[in-house]
Amino acid sequence: MDASALRLSLELAALTTVGLLVLGIPLAQWLATTAFRGKVIAETIVSMPLVLPPTVLGYYLLVAFGNRSPLGQAWIRLTGHPLAFSFAGLLVASLLYSLPFAVQPFAASLSRVDKRLVEASWSLGVSRLATFFEITLPLAAPGIVAGAVLTFAHTLGEFGVVLMVGGNLPGETRTLSIAIFDSVEKLDYASANATALFLLVVSFAVLLVTHVLRQSVWTTRS
Amino acid sequence: MDDALLIDIEKARPPLRARLEIPLDAAPITVLFGESGAGKTTLLRLIAGLDRPDQGSIRFRGEVWDGLSPQERRIGFLFQEHALFPHLSVRRNIAHGVRGRDQRVAEVARLVRVDELLDRKPAELSGGQRQRVALARALAPSPRLLLLDEPLSALDAPSRAELQIELRRVLEQQKIPAIVVTHDRVEALALGDRLAVLTAGEVRQFGRVAEVFASPSDAAVARVVGTENVAPALILKRAEGLATISIGSVELVALDPGGAENDAFACIRAEDVLLEPPGPGETSARNELPGVVITVTPEGPLVRVVLDCGFRLVALVTRRSADRFRLAPGRNVAALIKAPSVRLVPRVR
Repeated sequence: MDASALRLSLELAALTTVGLLVLGIPLAQWLATTAFRGKVIAETIVSMPLVLPPTVLGYYLLVAFGNRSPLGQAWIRLTGHPLAFSFAGLLVASLLYSLPFAVQPFAASLSRVDKRLVEASWSLGVSRLATFFEITLPLAAPGIVAGAVLTFAHTLGEFGVVLMVGGNLPGETRTLSIAIFDSVEKLDYASANATALFLLVVSFAVLLVTHVLRQSVWTTRS
Repeated sequence: MDDALLIDIEKARPPLRARLEIPLDAAPITVLFGESGAGKTTLLRLIAGLDRPDQGSIRFRGEVWDGLSPQERRIGFLFQEHALFPHLSVRRNIAHGVRGRDQRVAEVARLVRVDELLDRKPAELSGGQRQRVALARALAPSPRLLLLDEPLSALDAPSRAELQIELRRVLEQQKIPAIVVTHDRVEALALGDRLAVLTAGEVRQFGRVAEVFASPSDAAVARVVGTENVAPALILKRAEGLATISIGSVELVALDPGGAENDAFACIRAEDVLLEPPGPGETSARNELPGVVITVTPEGPLVRVVLDCGFRLVALVTRRSADRFRLAPGRNVAALIKAPSVRLVPRVR
């Protein structure tokens, strides 16, 4: 198995998960509590990556990252490197591509937190922010963990977007799933087999963990 | 008035109109009474700042509360199902509003007698214990006003009776004015000093508990409070399941409600009062009270008779018996009330 591809995949998955915890939880909390009518539009946008072909998302990101786009130019001015076909570009793409896998479970579990517990905390003089961290977030923890685990697994296995935005640069954008594709193209089935089996086992383990977590949510609720 | 809670608010959804001036002096517990859907909880949430009125204003001891968050109002709120934080121990539940003040946590835990339960989780508590913990949690930050939404409705009857007494004792001790929402007559009598009756989103009557029960201001209020005589009573002695009580200078026999309180409200449904011509008193378990008719008012097939028996007593009798006894103001009658029909609601003075 390609060690640098494994390291890259794990790095990408970990950073995407952390990034979506930081960005996704506030977004999910807003979706879970707002009375704003345009909320359904926001929910639709968040869930788009679920149905959009990865190549479509990848194509638009490639255009947006390109050296002629304002974003691409700003990035070059800032860092000296182009955003397309770089690890940073890959990370941005992963954040967008895994958005629904994080935000949907986050929002579902946040909206299930009993509103009265939150109000009870407010009426005890505890600020909204402290109430969120001490009451809402711990009670939504199973859904938050499930979302984080799904994000990690999903990022580990993503292929289309990575290929479009990152290409296949060893050590920079060549992730595990790209490595498998590459091995098969080179007819190196032994290597493809090892990597594929690894991803299969990891996916199984991750889904098992989320299912167990979900069940423990059920049993603590009843 | 400075020592009062002034409420003058309107809200369209759900509809509510409330104009109230609740004194916060010596008689600290006000009951918001009405059927479900009458707007009691809505009013309580508006006072807490959990909801906002469409228009109007709330002032507490001269301080304008409009636009203040629940945090800034410094109130305590008890939710109907207690709303304890399920992931925190009893100790951390109580400490939530008083960070780092362990002494205060111990103090309120002792006050409501949950100091043995501090390391348990809410799921390991009985309904009555949860209620006590919720009360301790609300009291810990020393709120200026305590708001209780159907505080005892989630409990079974025995723990309810026990907690009614205790809740009032604690509120009196702490000298914290409280507003209690309830649809339960007994709870209203056991807890309240003052009573505000709500029907269809409107405050219809506000006054001393016994007064509101004794003289409802209109038919809607009368329907909500029921056809009940309510009089403050003193339990003189208890024997063999019966209690001898005095209402003013009149002695009656009632069923012993248990407990150790000697102050109570005696409740007698007007339908349970029988009228007879005055005669030689028989001495049985039933109460026979000589009285004078004050008013006679026909109410459909029944006649509402107000008597003076040493206290004001309302009887509902059929037209036929009213005619037979030629009931009219000034006439002497005897009111008969069986002991089980005199219901005692004990309360802390």
